Amino acid sequence: MKYVDEFRDHAKAQILVEEIQSLVRTMNLNIERPIQIMEVCGGHTHSIFRYGIEGMLPKEIELVHGPGCPVCVLPMGRVDDCVAIAERPDVIFTTFGDTMRVPGSKKSLLQAKADGADVRMVYSPMDALALARKNPDREVVFFGIGFETTMPSTALTVLQAVRDGISNFSLFCNHITIVPTIKAILDSPDLRLAGFLGPGHVSMVIGTAPFKFIANYYRKPMVIAGFEPLDILQSIWMVLKQIEEGRSDIENQYGRIVPDAGNAPALEAVSRVYELRAFFEWRGLGSIDHSGVTLREEYARFDAEKRFAIPNLKIADPKSCQCGEVLKGVIKPWQCKVFGSACTPERPLGALMVSSEGACAAYFQYGGVKRHHENSERASMKQAGAA
Amino acid sequence: MNMLPIHRTRQLGKIHVPTVTLAHGGGGKAMKDLIDDVFVSAFDNAALAPLEDQARLDLASLALHGDRLAFTTDSFVVHPLLFPGGDIGKLAICGTINDLAVGGAMPLYMACAVIVEEGLPIDLMRKIALSMARTAQDAGVQIVTGDTKVVERGACDKLFITTTGVGVIRKGVELGTHLAQPDDIVLVNGVLGDHGAAVLTARGDMALDAAIESDCAPLHDLIEKLLVAAPGIRCLRDATRGGLATVLNEIADASQVAIEIKETQTPIREDVRGFCEILGLDPLYLANEGKIVVVAPPESSDNALAVLRAHPLGSSASVIGTICKGEAGRVTMLTAFGGKRIVDMLVGEQLPRIC
Repeated sequence: MKYVDEFRDHAKAQILVEEIQSLVRTMNLNIERPIQIMEVCGGHTHSIFRYGIEGMLPKEIELVHGPGCPVCVLPMGRVDDCVAIAERPDVIFTTFGDTMRVPGSKKSLLQAKADGADVRMVYSPMDALALARKNPDREVVFFGIGFETTMPSTALTVLQAVRDGISNFSLFCNHITIVPTIKAILDSPDLRLAGFLGPGHVSMVIGTAPFKFIANYYRKPMVIAGFEPLDILQSIWMVLKQIEEGRSDIENQYGRIVPDAGNAPALEAVSRVYELRAFFEWRGLGSIDHSGVTLREEYARFDAEKRFAIPNLKIADPKSCQCGEVLKGVIKPWQCKVFGSACTPERPLGALMVSSEGACAAYFQYGGVKRHHENSERASMKQAGAA
Repeated sequence: MNMLPIHRTRQLGKIHVPTVTLAHGGGGKAMKDLIDDVFVSAFDNAALAPLEDQARLDLASLALHGDRLAFTTDSFVVHPLLFPGGDIGKLAICGTINDLAVGGAMPLYMACAVIVEEGLPIDLMRKIALSMARTAQDAGVQIVTGDTKVVERGACDKLFITTTGVGVIRKGVELGTHLAQPDDIVLVNGVLGDHGAAVLTARGDMALDAAIESDCAPLHDLIEKLLVAAPGIRCLRDATRGGLATVLNEIADASQVAIEIKETQTPIREDVRGFCEILGLDPLYLANEGKIVVVAPPESSDNALAVLRAHPLGSSASVIGTICKGEAGRVTMLTAFGGKRIVDMLVGEQLPRIC
């Protein structure tokens, strides 16, 4: 497939793996205490598992799977709010497919649908707006979720609703912003991350400048990375190279998509429609200041939180959950007390088991269940990779 | 279809309204007219014609085909009813034929039960019944009994079909998912994921335009030739709902072996790959309706591949992997990129109701 296979080329991957190996040799790293690189974005986590990238890397490198899966970090209380809105008889509740299974404290949207709520899967917020046009006697609510990547599309949908005078459409806004969360992780005392793969899709919208504090203040390198497997290998090499040279810069590996200045029209739409919340609750990480957005007063009539009475209760994460420690790289998913026992993809207890992009779900699905087994396989994987 | 002479003693009823109503499910004349007009006239055969409550099959003629009966049932709820490469009727016949055939059985007779939602156009029902009849006839299978129910709007989605099939297994043929052994070879008879992609595209809610056709086809002829030419085949499975990945996991689990496949050897059409790329789906989990997974001992795998490739339904057959010792129940794939990933069972579905 053109423009896809080029980025999954086996021979080029081998060259990059060898480059990484030789860099690791010169850096004199310790296998017992591998260097930790966090991929912030859930899309990267997915690619890393799907293409088997972890097994191709030297043991001196450990990938830590970060908080960049918006479905995973949605707190239970917000899911309960969704269910409460969806269960109103006058409402058609529209959502992206992967949020359907996220458990609330009582039920998921999928269960609410089975119980009779009109919950519909859509592929774009514009589909929800079309539904609102078609059903003028119903309230159509779109479940807005995601980082800066999906914010422009919901902002533009709200602006379109304004232009078309559609009054039966509203947005349940759960958009979050990645920068304060990276800062919260960097501020945690047990942190030992050495560098970051930066979120490619978020950066496509916000550009590279908002990440500068990571390099300037925290002295950690970040490489904005694409999502194809060669992108990821190259970005890992670039992070290592910075560490080896004692630099901490924000570099852009994903230049074919990410302009350093971001996407001006998208940013304009976002800042017209949204403003920062004082704080937002994250599953696994707790409350983080200025980490979520809400609709500005001017667009309040499209805000489902204002239009409908919602329970708005804070539901604490289960005590046994160690999602926060996994997110910060303090422990690996399989070291969590409940991984694979009380917490599985069928019955997720913690945030990271919820979506296929969540680190724990990815490990569960793609093979981290028995780490010792995987370790023993690493050598043979590398041989297979070299074949 | 069997062309035995039919001795009708009555005139077949005819429907003169455009859509099915609850009256057609009432058990009276309207229902008889519906069954006559739509099904009896399409399925037309000696065993069905008397319209008794059961079909009566001659044991001696069954026994000519082998020494064991195979018996299976499957329900079809696909949405939409018509899709590129097939329709719910064709699917209902092929699905049950294939469920019999992968056990090594020659499919012979079929029962067909339909649940119709009021308001379904009669012409659409006729079209689907004719498609069933044509598919069954081409496959040499007779539809010998059936049932029709009409339900209120909203009680089902347009049309649900259940087909039940009877076939006979030839003496000596012994297939089972628990029989795979280390060093056995895993093959498929062609490109994967076409049905799932075709149905998802046909729904129209992806706003994607792709010329992907369902692979829906009866595989009993291909399987019969395979079993004759490559004896010792351990197991056959049709990779329907859940796709290749699910079938491989079932085999690995039942046989307590590991399976390793190679992405570069696993045939998937370019447009299906593109479709999956755009929607974030994994083609290994997409449904097929004309694809089998074959586990063959190493000594007969060349023959198996040659027979598959010589058949019109197996021209792009490929060896995709091997059974190995490894961790029991584990399926892995060597990616084209050079890494290795686990291919696990899905927890739910990628997307609901595609077969």
